[in-house]
Amino acid sequence: MSTMSTRQKLVYGLGATGTLLLIWNLYRVLLVLPDEMQQGAIYRIIYFHVPAAFVGWTLFLAALVASALYLWNKNLALDGFAASAIEVGWVFCSINLVTGMIWARIIWGIWWTWDPRLTSMFICWLLYGGYLVLRGAIDDAGQRATVSAVLAIFAFADVPIVFMAIRWWRTQHPSPVLETGGLAPEMRLPFWLNVFVFLLIGLAITLLRLDQEDTKRELEGLRRHAHAHAI
Amino acid sequence: MRGVWTVARKDLQSELRSKEAINASVSFALVILLIFSFAFEPTADETRAISGGLLWIAFAFAGALILNRSFARELQNDCLEAVIASPVAGWELFLGKAFGSFLLLFGVELICLPVFGIFYGINLTKTLWPLLLILVLGTWALTALGVTFAALTVNIRLRELMLPLLLYPALSPALMASMTLTTSLLTTGSFGTNNQPWIRLLIGFDVIFTSLALALIEFVLVL
Repeated sequence: MSTMSTRQKLVYGLGATGTLLLIWNLYRVLLVLPDEMQQGAIYRIIYFHVPAAFVGWTLFLAALVASALYLWNKNLALDGFAASAIEVGWVFCSINLVTGMIWARIIWGIWWTWDPRLTSMFICWLLYGGYLVLRGAIDDAGQRATVSAVLAIFAFADVPIVFMAIRWWRTQHPSPVLETGGLAPEMRLPFWLNVFVFLLIGLAITLLRLDQEDTKRELEGLRRHAHAHAI
Repeated sequence: MRGVWTVARKDLQSELRSKEAINASVSFALVILLIFSFAFEPTADETRAISGGLLWIAFAFAGALILNRSFARELQNDCLEAVIASPVAGWELFLGKAFGSFLLLFGVELICLPVFGIFYGINLTKTLWPLLLILVLGTWALTALGVTFAALTVNIRLRELMLPLLLYPALSPALMASMTLTTSLLTTGSFGTNNQPWIRLLIGFDVIFTSLALALIEFVLVL
């Protein structure tokens, strides 16, 4: 345990705190809180659906900042961070879409509808999925980093549209209950706690993923070094 | 600005001499229009209701062929390095390439439009000018973003595959706006009172993505 780096300690710390809080919050959400008046038990999906989107967008925003910084100072560590954040953000984005579909099946009777919110989130998912595919298609680390950074900046243009979709258009997707006070007071604390928990866990996985990116870069460097000296 | 016209003229001239992309693009668009006729009764009223979508799908797919060529054309004999090393600035190169592709694609659209009108029994003359306006705005969105992504993907494996994979999702707000407005024009003869946000979205998309491309193109070109 003494060989653990500061980052690894941080990963375990964040992960453990997140998990403990999540267990306590799950108990509150599933066993203490009553069902919602109109939707019944299924309304609880909001505690996972919305935080997943928030964490996804936060990680995409972090990737945007890291990508812009990369273009400025060409530090490959920033590229590693952007890639890790987008990969984890994309998973949260998928969780958001899947939980949304489950909710829709029960409340609307259909899995999917092409309303602006759902469509723009799906586009978001496709765009960042494209980012991950693109990274796999480029071998040179510098070129991969630059191309990915530019794409991360372009892709982020969709995120504000997803966020604003339920405000700009009249969508089938529920309107923002958080701003209009549609969420009952006793439901607010567990909700925001879950947002916090998801953030902790998202950050922990991103840092774990960043560790792998760093190791990968180190290995590539060593391989090049060995190759150069063997010849 | 002189560099812009030089690059655009060079691209147009070499394309008009070889006609590689433009022939493929027109044929492809016509094939798409043909295939769509299998999906539904081509003269029925519903055709009108989806006409905008149909037209823009054909344009977007045919456009990918032209856009793929915009930078890939320079790969032979390492011309890309020569172009980047030339005294033409990055933004001039981008705008030149974008204008060149825009004019080519617009040409393809003007050829396909009457064919579409004849095949699907849709009268285009009543709303020709507003339709041309939407064509210009939508096609510019397609080319501005398309040329940027073509520059991004020019040096990588699976280039032909990566461009559409990245381009269509990123383009979708502009594509949706163009489709909605075109459909409204072809069915009701006007943009419709509810469709003003779509026009704003289309113009906003053009402005934002052209500016982004101009700001970032230098990083894309010098890898």
